[in-house]
This record gives sequence, C-alpha cells and structure tokens, in this order.
Amino acid sequence: MTRAGGVIADNRTIKDQSMSNEAVIHSPVEVAAHDEHGEHHHHHETFITKYVFSQDHKMIAKQFLITGMFWAVLGGLMSVLFRLQLGYPDASFPWLETILGKWAPGGHITPAAYYALVTTHGTVLVFFVLTAGLSGTFANFLIPLQVGARDMASPFLNMLSYWFFFTASIVMLSSIFVETGPFSGGWTAYPPLSALGDASPGSQTGMDLWLISMALFVVSSLLGGLNYIATILNMRTKGMSMTRLPLTIWALFFTAVLGVLSFPVLFSGFILLIFDRNFGTSFYLSDIFVNGVGALPNEGGSAILYQHLFWFLGHPEVYIILLPAMGMASEILSVNSRKPIFGYMAMIGSLFAIAILAFLVWAHHMFVTGLNPFLGSIFVLLTLLIAVPSAIKVFNWLTTLWRGNIRFTPGMMFAIGFVSLFISGGLTGIWLGNSALDIHLHDTYFVIAHFHIVMGVSSMFGMFAGIYHWFPKMYGRYLNNTVSYIHFWITIAGAYMIFWPMHYEGLAGMPRRYFDYSNWESFKNFVELNRFISTVAMIVFAAQILFLINFFYSIFKGRKVTSLNPWGANTLEWTTPLRPGHGNWPGEIPEVHRWPYDYGKDGTEFIPQTTPVGADESHH
Amino acid sequence: MMTALQESSEPKRIHPHKFTLWVALGSIVMMFAALTSAYIVKKNQSSWLEFDLPRIFWYSTFTILLSSVTIHLALKAFKAREMSRYRLFITTTAILGVLFILMQWWGFRDLESRHIALTGPKSNSAASFLFVITGLHMVHVLGGVIALLVIFVRAYRVRVKNYSSLPIELVGTYWHFVDALWIYLFIFYNWIG
Repeated sequence: MTRAGGVIADNRTIKDQSMSNEAVIHSPVEVAAHDEHGEHHHHHETFITKYVFSQDHKMIAKQFLITGMFWAVLGGLMSVLFRLQLGYPDASFPWLETILGKWAPGGHITPAAYYALVTTHGTVLVFFVLTAGLSGTFANFLIPLQVGARDMASPFLNMLSYWFFFTASIVMLSSIFVETGPFSGGWTAYPPLSALGDASPGSQTGMDLWLISMALFVVSSLLGGLNYIATILNMRTKGMSMTRLPLTIWALFFTAVLGVLSFPVLFSGFILLIFDRNFGTSFYLSDIFVNGVGALPNEGGSAILYQHLFWFLGHPEVYIILLPAMGMASEILSVNSRKPIFGYMAMIGSLFAIAILAFLVWAHHMFVTGLNPFLGSIFVLLTLLIAVPSAIKVFNWLTTLWRGNIRFTPGMMFAIGFVSLFISGGLTGIWLGNSALDIHLHDTYFVIAHFHIVMGVSSMFGMFAGIYHWFPKMYGRYLNNTVSYIHFWITIAGAYMIFWPMHYEGLAGMPRRYFDYSNWESFKNFVELNRFISTVAMIVFAAQILFLINFFYSIFKGRKVTSLNPWGANTLEWTTPLRPGHGNWPGEIPEVHRWPYDYGKDGTEFIPQTTPVGADESHH
Repeated sequence: MMTALQESSEPKRIHPHKFTLWVALGSIVMMFAALTSAYIVKKNQSSWLEFDLPRIFWYSTFTILLSSVTIHLALKAFKAREMSRYRLFITTTAILGVLFILMQWWGFRDLESRHIALTGPKSNSAASFLFVITGLHMVHVLGGVIALLVIFVRAYRVRVKNYSSLPIELVGTYWHFVDALWIYLFIFYNWIG
C-alpha cells in the first residue's frame, strides 16, 4: 500500500536527518542530485534580467513578497509605536526621540506624529502588504504553476506591475521623510482633511506624495489583475477545465476581477481629489467654515461623494485582501487533511456570491453620514446576505477537517488559524452590518477589533499559511519547524489577546483615532487594558521578527528539499523540477486528467492531477 | 515567451493579449462609469450650472467617427498586404486623432471665453466635471495615438517585416473603444446627464 510505503520512507528520512528538528512528510519518490538540472531555458541571464527586471513570474512573485514583507515590518513597527502611546500615555521613552527626532520631543510622540503613524500603518497594511504582498505574491507564483502555463499572458506587463508597485513604495516611503511628515488624515483620506493643504501638516506634501503613490499603486494592481484574469482564462494546460482548477486559482481569479472593476473607481475619486487640492475645483469642497480662515470660496462640493467613490473600492478591497487567503486555506486544509475539499462547487459558488455582493454593500461604511434610512436598510439586507456564502465556506472548511488525517504542518496551523479568526471576526460583522447598532458602534474600537480580526490578521494568517506551504517550491528549502510553531502560537494567542478586548472597549463607546484616552473619565477604567494590549502587541511583533529570521536564514541555509512533492499534493506546481527555470517545465507541460482533490480515493493516499483516470476508478 | 503562448493556446481561442485588452477596457469603463454616476449625483444637488456644450464637440464627434472608419480600412489593407494603403490609412487615423484632441481643447477654450470656469475657485462643478471627464478621455485618445505612432514606425521599417496583424488589431479594438466611449459621453452630456 502506498500509504504504508510513505510512512516507512518518512521514518527513514527522519533518522537520516537526526540533527534536524523538522517533521518530514515525504512522498516515497526521492529526487537527489538533479537539483540544478531542472532549468529549461539556458539562455544567458544577467543579474539584472534574472533578479531585477525579471519577467519570470516566480521571480516577480518573490519581489512582491520581499517588498510586502518590508512594508509589513515597517507598518507593524508603526503600530508598536502608536500602541506605545496608547498603552503608556504618560511615560517618556527617550529612545523614541533618538529614532523619531522632532516627532517625539522628550520621548513623547506628538499628536501629529501619532496620526501620521496610524494613517501610514493603515494605508501600508491594506494596500502594500495585504493587496500587493498577498495577491501580488501568490497570484504571480501560483497561477502559471497551478493552471499549467509557462508564464503569465504578458510577462512584460507583469514586470511593469511590480515596478509600478516598487515606485509607489519609494514615493510612500519618501513621504515619511518630508519636513511636514506623511499624510495623517486616516487611510481613507476623506476630504476636507485630504483636500485642504492647510488642514494639518501632513495634508501638505505628505498628501501629494500619498496620492502619487496610490495612483501608481492602482496602475500596478490593474496591470497585475489583467494578467491574472487573462492567464487563468486563456493559458490553462490541456485538460485543465475551469472545474478542475484548484480553489486557490478560483479565489485569485475573483480577487483579480474585483480589483480590475473597483480600483478604477478609486482612481476616479483620486482624480477629483487632485483637482480639488491643486486646481481649486469644488467636487468635494464646499463653503465650509474653517477656523482661522473663514468660509472656503468653494461652492456646492460634497465630501460624501468621495466616500461613495472610496468605499465602492473600499469594500471590494476587503475581499481583494480576504479571497486569496480563503483560496490558499482551502487548498492547504485539503492537502493536510488528506481529504478532498468538502463542497468544491459550493466553494466556487460562494466565492462568486461574495464577489457580486462585494460591489453592493459599500454604503454600510456610511450609515451615519446622513444616508437615507430606507437606502440604509437595503444595504443592511445586502450586507447580512454575505453571511450566507461566508457560512458556506466556514462549514466546508470545518467539514474538510472533520475526520481528516490531519498533519499539523506550520502551513496547516496557520490555515486553521485563518478559519478560527474568520469565524470570530465574521460574527461581529453581523453586529456592524445592522445600521441601528452601527449608530452606537461606528468609529469605535469595536470596528477596529472587527476588521483587524476578520480581514487584517486572518489574511495575514492566510499569507503565512501560503508562505509556509509554498516556501519549499519557492526556494527549494524548508523553513525551520520549531521556530515556525513558536511563531504560530505566539501570533494566534497574541492576535486574540490584542483584538478581543477591543470589542469591550468599543461597546463601552471608546472611539477610535484618539491620541490619548486617559483624560476621559469614561475610559479611565481601560488604562490597564490598553497597557495590556500594547504589551501583547510588542510581543507579537517580536515573534514576527523571529519569522523574518527564519525566512531569510532558510532561503540560504535551510534544509534542502529532496522530494519533488514534499506535501503529497495533487496540484501541478509539484510536478515541476525542484528549482524550476523560466518556463516551469523542462519538457512538455503536463496534461491534466482530474480535479485537484483526489485524496484518499479508492484507498490511495493522493492522486496527482496528471494521473489518467483508471478504468475501474470510482467517480468522486 | 512567444513559444509559450503558441504552445498552450489552441487556434480557436482568443489571443491572450486580445483578451487582456478587453479586460482592460472593462476597467476603463468602470472609471468612466464612476465619473458619470458622480456627475448624475452632483447634478441633482443645488448650485449646478446649466450651459450649452461647445458646438465644436459635434465636429470632434464626427472626426473620431471618421477615424474609426480609417483604422478599419487600415486593418483591411494590412491583411491584404497593401502596405502603401495601410500606411496612408494609419497616418490619416493618427492625424484625425490629434485633430480630435485639438478640437476638444478648442471646446474648453470656447467655454472659458463664455466665462464658464473649468477650474479655480470660481468654477462650478458642472464645468469641472465636463473638463475632467472629457480631459481623461482625451488622455485615452492620446494613448491610442502613441500606439498608432509605434505601429506607424514599424510600418516604415525596411529590414524587419512583420506579418502578424495582432498589433494592428489590438490598436484597432482600442481605437473603436475610445470612439464608442466618446459617443457615450457625448450622448450623456447632451441628453442623459
């Protein structure tokens, strides 16, 4: 029996590597010494064309990943800094002045710096880490490998997509260093704070740079998205029908569709904002009275119009962040439960339903803007409808795990963590989706807790799951398992300890975006709790450093992958050589004969997609 | 990676680049849908200035319609390998495109001469919207002209002969699209918005 054979091979491998602490799950086929011969194209590649202006989707994926990780560290560090202010508003940290200079005179972060940190943290985490870093990495890496293509539909546009993102990063980074600081009006950049240069120091050059950076970023996502869609629909290998696609690909497909249809709307909103800022138009600005200036000369503008345009992207953006994590979790849960994914078609259907509903719920971010209550009630209904496909997905993940032969690899741990966080955060979405409850909860810490759990941390978990699962394919080496488990447990426990208490703060009415809560009688009882949250945040951040060390160390020094298919997975990426060259497969692209979830079928542990259907095989 | 493209796409399938272009057009549609729906929302609010469209927009509409005909003829000529006719038609198309952009610009000048400010503190968002939306469309036409220039230069290259009609088909599709987009905007300004 294959299963038994596999186990014996496993034991042997563990013995051989007694110095290593990794749990080894190997398929019986060992590949040795053929490491570097998988290169398909032997044309000369210089350092520049291979590592910098590469058109290989795998290299572009790594570029997105590393850039995303850079921003994750920076954005995470920012959150530690402002959590320091929230947890210890009266304490002085002289080292802060050393690194932040005039932003923290006497070791106290200034209110302006606090708002700059919060704004940049939000922008960077939402767009640069969880959009570019997540779908940029995995769409690039997995789409050609899993659909069976040599590269993207247009490798050149794909390269441009990264370099637009890179330029956007440089512009955003430089905004941190300008005299007046980066934009500080919140990541949503609502006018008038974003439209009036005099609104705050950050609304000057910082906001100009923010807009330039975001415009470049939109171009990057569009170029990427076009390619992902065209590749999935046009470049699938022989036999790879749409219903034989792994769920990762389906999720990345809907992600790209959402991005391609919603980012242009944000772009339109930004163009009008640029005109209001720089050319004196009145799209968003009206004759509002500004303290010290008097009434503005503008007439008839509506700040609410911006909110509509922003949230028409803003809500699909939530799913742009979440769907790749859902797709990867589906794949990883199935592979490591050694069971077919439960309800494959229902998974696709629910992704489709979420993608449609994503465009029809944006006004639930605007319940308290004076929106017509009747209109509000329609948006309540549409918002709560999302619970249906979300519940289908959760049910299917749990039933996939149910009685599975579960292997708790680090990737699997993070995938399960993703499901846990998605449930916890999703439930509070039902509260917030009610316009009546939202009157109380709007702009409180309840919202912070909700969106961080359901979209921020859970997508982060999806990203980690993806990194842990596909690291062997990306770099040909394994991550260290012990460090991975430590990373997982600190992160999941810490995530709940940071964000769970915020629900109570929010229910008590504690508003978000305040610099210092200790002056309010009503929030004095949260002083200790805030300190607790801040302390945990620092510990969790330290655990991410541990992950970074593990990541970069393992790229160069990690244990080498010796088996083509270390997780015993069915999908096509594991049929490529250990270190696939540009073109992915040295010979013909393999033909696909079945769906990717034949685990435990007819007593066989797993049947790769490339295996022809046997005559006596049962239907799945 | 052209080998890769040919390998994995069967003859019946749409070329990936063509498909990518269609998705990109969908994306552009969303951008203009956002702007024109913002226009409708704003129009129903107070302080909306009503004014007559510049008359030259009628002529520019005719110009861009004509350019669609010429690029269609260019593609036909290329497929028939009548290269001199092909060069003539893409040159005409490019000139008509530039003429269109200039006419739109004259339209803006016309509004300003009637003291309808497009930008600045005295502007009304009705005129600003017209300026932004029409201006954005002009930028897209300009993109088409640049693409035309690229294939124009290629058409005069003596050394390298290219028999693939794909680039011209791509530019042609894009050109018809910006044409149709302007027709939509023109109808929108006149009768819907």
